[in-house]
Amino acid sequence: MRIVILGCGRTGAALARIMAAEGHRVTLIEWNNDSLERLGGKFTGAVITGNGLDEDVLKKAGIEQADMFVALTEGDNRNLMAAQIAKDRFRVPKVIAKVNDPIRAEAYRERGIYTICYSLIGSAMIRDLAYDRPLGSVEEYNVVPPELKD
Amino acid sequence: MYIIIVGAGNVGYYLAKTLLNAGHEVLLIERDKRRCDLLRDEFGESVMRGRGDEIRTMREAGADSADIVVACTGDDEDNLIISQIAKWYFNVPRTVARINDPRNESIFQQLGIDATVSSTNIIYHLIEQEIEAGEVIPLAALKRGNIEIVDVELSTRSPVVGKRVQDLPLPPDALIVCIIRQENAMLPHGDTVLEANDSVIALVSAQNERQLRKVFAEEQEE
Repeated sequence: MRIVILGCGRTGAALARIMAAEGHRVTLIEWNNDSLERLGGKFTGAVITGNGLDEDVLKKAGIEQADMFVALTEGDNRNLMAAQIAKDRFRVPKVIAKVNDPIRAEAYRERGIYTICYSLIGSAMIRDLAYDRPLGSVEEYNVVPPELKD
Repeated sequence: MYIIIVGAGNVGYYLAKTLLNAGHEVLLIERDKRRCDLLRDEFGESVMRGRGDEIRTMREAGADSADIVVACTGDDEDNLIISQIAKWYFNVPRTVARINDPRNESIFQQLGIDATVSSTNIIYHLIEQEIEAGEVIPLAALKRGNIEIVDVELSTRSPVVGKRVQDLPLPPDALIVCIIRQENAMLPHGDTVLEANDSVIALVSAQNERQLRKVFAEEQEE
């Protein structure tokens, strides 16, 4: 698979290293050179330094041929905008975005961007642990519970 | 009209001030507490602290009864999400987003934002017109159709002076909608004859604008 990952935070770096080691063609976009140290010395993928909302940078990263695009920066809105560019502009078949605000994550999931909400997944998992219940699936965790809908 | 402005930087601040003076109902939403406190002295109830990209804030702001939501923070991605949430969740009839990187204009249009404003682009167009002697002025990109309104003043040496509208070699997707002659606006017919000093107002698809410009411009010597 050809995978473009935006954001070399902990998740982005881990995903890039694992997928590259598994033989996929990984390109990582990151604008802060210091973050790239997370990749370690053995990363076999490509790195593009630049702004992930810039079409030229995305093209340089090979988004036009990508099978998958993953937006993992610290900014929810940045991830959502990048994901929409990848999906609607470049027709990338599989687009995933990290969104920390549960409500916004759900809003965009309903409109075709696959969003992953760590805060929902983490809190739901801890709740199951608190009640000594068997752990649920990520799909179940990734849904906004009624308590959070105002 | 009820207008919600998200982002109280310089653009949002002066826009709110101008709209309030014009008698509109305005709510200025700003996420920074200190900025809000500062603005409250001047705007009172018309300032609200919160994040315009959060559905809860927009509900509190009464977005479902807003006529226009203007997203004018300093970040394009925030302005996009603010506008989309306003549209999807509150059916706001018109959303306007400020754009910093002019290349985002077409992306925003593709993603459903009604209107975008890029100060970079406006200044660039002003400079470009200066250089090209300003015979054709793009007034506004018409919503999502990517259509421009152009206003051309015919010089005495324009090749179309004395010609009938129906005989003009117009590019495809171009329509002459109005002719202003000696300060009177008239709706042209096919047999209307163009005169020097007429102002011709036309709608044209953005990609054919340059071609339309050539039709009216006086011939350049090679």
